[in-house]
Amino acid sequence: MRRTFGLELGTGLFMLLGLGALFFLSTQATNFSGLGSGPGYTVTAAFNNVGGLKKGAAVELGGVRIGTVSRIRLDPKSLQAIVTLRIDKRYNEIPTDSSAGILTRGLLGDQYVGITPGGSLKSLKNGDTIHFTQSAIVLEKLIGQFLFNKASSGGNSHAKP
Amino acid sequence: MLAEQTHLRRRVRTSLAGFGAAGLFSLRVMALSPRVLIRPRLVIEQVYSLGSRSATLVGFAGLFVGLVLALQLYGVLGRFGATSSLGPVVSVAVLRELGPVIAALLYAGRAGTALASEIGLMRTTEQLSAMEMMAIDPVNRVVAPRFVGGVIAVPVLTLIFDFLAILGAWAVAVKMMGMDAGVFWGQMHTTVSFRDDFINGIIKSAVFGLAVNLIAVYEGFTSLSTADGVARATTRTVVISSLAVLIFDFMLTAFMFRGI
Repeated sequence: MRRTFGLELGTGLFMLLGLGALFFLSTQATNFSGLGSGPGYTVTAAFNNVGGLKKGAAVELGGVRIGTVSRIRLDPKSLQAIVTLRIDKRYNEIPTDSSAGILTRGLLGDQYVGITPGGSLKSLKNGDTIHFTQSAIVLEKLIGQFLFNKASSGGNSHAKP
Repeated sequence: MLAEQTHLRRRVRTSLAGFGAAGLFSLRVMALSPRVLIRPRLVIEQVYSLGSRSATLVGFAGLFVGLVLALQLYGVLGRFGATSSLGPVVSVAVLRELGPVIAALLYAGRAGTALASEIGLMRTTEQLSAMEMMAIDPVNRVVAPRFVGGVIAVPVLTLIFDFLAILGAWAVAVKMMGMDAGVFWGQMHTTVSFRDDFINGIIKSAVFGLAVNLIAVYEGFTSLSTADGVARATTRTVVISSLAVLIFDFMLTAFMFRGI
């Protein structure tokens, strides 16, 4: 009897430890609450170029994370990238004339969607579209442009005198 | 020349037959596994001896892996001013790879060997034959409960490993290095995905559990009934199941985490 009691205690403790670990890992160490289509609403925004934006990227307003990018697809007619943003339902008073831009965290950081609030009294609802957008800045293009300008201005200054 | 050819042919044929026998045995064990529910007591005993008694080893391993990872990464990430991502880096590494793999390897060494040698010794001392004489199927009575117990134990051990590793990282980062606890947990909370990182890790450990336990049980059951045979079965269990874990890990990673 004593032996079997120890056995049951040992097994029970083991399973309990496992369950405790499961609980801890799912609530503390991962974004369990943000699983699937949790509470929130979706809005879409059309961009000319999304750059390196990926599904699951953050949506931020004033530096605070308010949602995630849930889908990126190309509209076959307008040939623009349609980005679907899932925004937490706590933030349901974002003006309809807000603008969305694809920004980069630091020089080499990951890309995220930054929202700049507008002044409208009406707020965005599920299925709405953000009309004012600013595409991702492609660094290579910028550098190319810069070099091109430099070269042409250098050529001019040489020709002038 | 001819003798060499026949020798080679025989070797190929025996190794193929070995694979076939192992496959058939695995199918038989899995088919009989649901029947252990009739005698849950046998499974509980195995969960205890295979799982509970490996928990100390796996738990300590997890704790120290977490401690050392945090210690190393704190220095490396500090060079780039990115210590705030210490939590997510440790957590992703442990949940996706280190937890399932190290727990399974330690399990193979700690419990897989015990499993193989126990069944092998039953074979040597003719206990299995005695059961067959009494019309008791040893696969049903001896092998299946051990297999099911082991399959339950491995994911639980992985959970314990993951938990203690993250706790170890916390201890180093927050308590030792004075990192802000809010940053440590908050970053982890927002970046580590429950489905992509955690669930996939647990699926991995379930696959490893199946593989390691099947190998251990098969090697024990088919061991030669000599002292040397049991020793060989034990060794082969560790070698084959360690390789199987690492190979399966690569295949599952290629399958699960492409592009994540």
